[in-house]
Amino acid sequence: MPGKHNDNDAARQTPMSMTLAEKIIARASGRERVRPGEIVTCEVDLAMMHDSSGPRRQIPKLAELGVDVWDAAKVVLITDHFVGERDELSIEIQSLTRDWAAKRNLGGYHEAQGICHVVLPERGHLAPGMFVVGGDSHSTTGGAFGCFMTGIGATDMAGVLATGSIWVRVPQTLRVRVDGVLGDGVAAKDVILAICHRIGINGANYMTAEYTGSGVAAMVMDERMVLANMAVELGAKCGIVAPDDVTCAWLAGVGVDVADAQTWQSDDDAPVAREIVVDAAELAPQVAAPHSPENSAPVNAHAGTPIDQAYIGACTGAKLDDLRMAARIVDGRRIAEGVRFFVAPASVRINEEAEREGVLDTLRAAGAAILPSACGACIGLGPARLGAGEVGISSSSRNFQGRMGDASSQTYLSSPYTVAATALAGHIADPRDYL
Amino acid sequence: MSESGRAWVYGDGINTDLLAPAAYLKGSMEELAAHCLQDLDPDFARSVKEGDVFVAGDNLGIGSSREQAPQALQMLGIRTVLAKSFGRIFYRNALNLGMPALVCADTDRIRSGDRLRVDATAGVVENLTSGETLACESLPPHLVEMVADGGLIPHLKKKLAGGR
Ligand code: SF4
Repeated sequence: MPGKHNDNDAARQTPMSMTLAEKIIARASGRERVRPGEIVTCEVDLAMMHDSSGPRRQIPKLAELGVDVWDAAKVVLITDHFVGERDELSIEIQSLTRDWAAKRNLGGYHEAQGICHVVLPERGHLAPGMFVVGGDSHSTTGGAFGCFMTGIGATDMAGVLATGSIWVRVPQTLRVRVDGVLGDGVAAKDVILAICHRIGINGANYMTAEYTGSGVAAMVMDERMVLANMAVELGAKCGIVAPDDVTCAWLAGVGVDVADAQTWQSDDDAPVAREIVVDAAELAPQVAAPHSPENSAPVNAHAGTPIDQAYIGACTGAKLDDLRMAARIVDGRRIAEGVRFFVAPASVRINEEAEREGVLDTLRAAGAAILPSACGACIGLGPARLGAGEVGISSSSRNFQGRMGDASSQTYLSSPYTVAATALAGHIADPRDYL
Repeated sequence: MSESGRAWVYGDGINTDLLAPAAYLKGSMEELAAHCLQDLDPDFARSVKEGDVFVAGDNLGIGSSREQAPQALQMLGIRTVLAKSFGRIFYRNALNLGMPALVCADTDRIRSGDRLRVDATAGVVENLTSGETLACESLPPHLVEMVADGGLIPHLKKKLAGGR
């Protein structure tokens, strides 16, 4: 009876095969399983906010609802957007945020400790399998730790704070397989910029971008965070990397013991909507021209373009490993005459560690100015804001028109290696020439 | 029956930095709204009128999670946004604010200044200037009630009151 046999076969293959993101959504929504396209309501394990999206936006909404946070222990508040700004409005926002936190027993309040997406895992708030929302689009970064973490707007956040739950449409999955090992001077940033170019900005709209393959397995956590962080540049709802020994060791270092890493893996036969493969060994350093990350091309395409400023910063490109990359390139050299070189380590802890290792000394000796650990120039604030007509290269994630300064300024995006090489040359340069 | 409004038509990739420039995020919504889209069309914020319709191509509202992007449009009088596709957070934000965000494959057929009448529930756009009728994807059913209530906050308020 072939028909019956086939039925059994199908039943054996598909009963529970799910991707990692689907498993987390199923758990959070109290279901055995979920399928892409279904709309479910999930209980939130953690909600993260920063000073721009946080209390100043939430206080009036919660007041209108007549409720307070559903579970303060599951709320983490981190100030980063207006840190270092000394104008009256910024100071007002900081104190309002601080007062709100002081009145509640929050799961965490980290003031001026660095950029939220980096501080959140650094302070042990994330673990594989968690369902997390963040009041910032780059909240996808948390997926590097095997969480489902997505960015939401202020009213959605008010709904979460009031009820502890949120609706989601179960996303389809784009599987990005990185095969092989990246060449020297090539980084995760080059992988994600190449993908932005290949599938287009928003090319994975509403989807989960799951990163797998030997190239991802070989990456340190700081590099995996870049892939998850910029999943949002593909339009994805989340970017995710299944936990492995590298994840568990990193988390153990911040006091998080993971016992269930095996639970939080995609099934081999879980259906995905699309798979793209990146040949790591073939990949050249990438540079994204203004005004979109999808305008990426191998560095040669832009080599020689003069720049005014090189910036190592943001949640995307100023973690410890990023600073080490930059230091390796500039070690014993001087930046070009007439170029400004700014480095804003992504967190205070990273700053301390980079100081201890001598990485900051190397950068300073080359001519870098070290800026506070905050969003800064990534959103056009602080001393590294670009002026009219200026050209910058940055290790951050977005180069939309006007984002990093004046509407007439131009921003190129690249890896920290390429930013550093460009600072030395005074024009866009291939970092492999400086290794 | 919905009122008609004037169409403001823009292209692909209108991002949240254009709609809500970061330099004004700290200040009041009124000030921010006055700078909405200034780098692309300085005339927009000055001239848009209550009841107008914002029309774009692909990827409207990609970028940041800042809700001030759809909120600025709403504050300036925009009552509906139409696009071929949306950034996902912008889409949720618009609906959460009670502003219908409709996916319409044919926004190329609309010209700036056309008078449009939008029926969000039915998913139909009538172009009163050209006489054409365009179809949109209808809103997911669980969101129709939320948008009708005026957004997530009034909707939750109603639900919380009902639960007591
Ligand atoms: S550093 Fe830039 S991308 Fe990261 S959270 Fe801050 S503003 Fe957003």
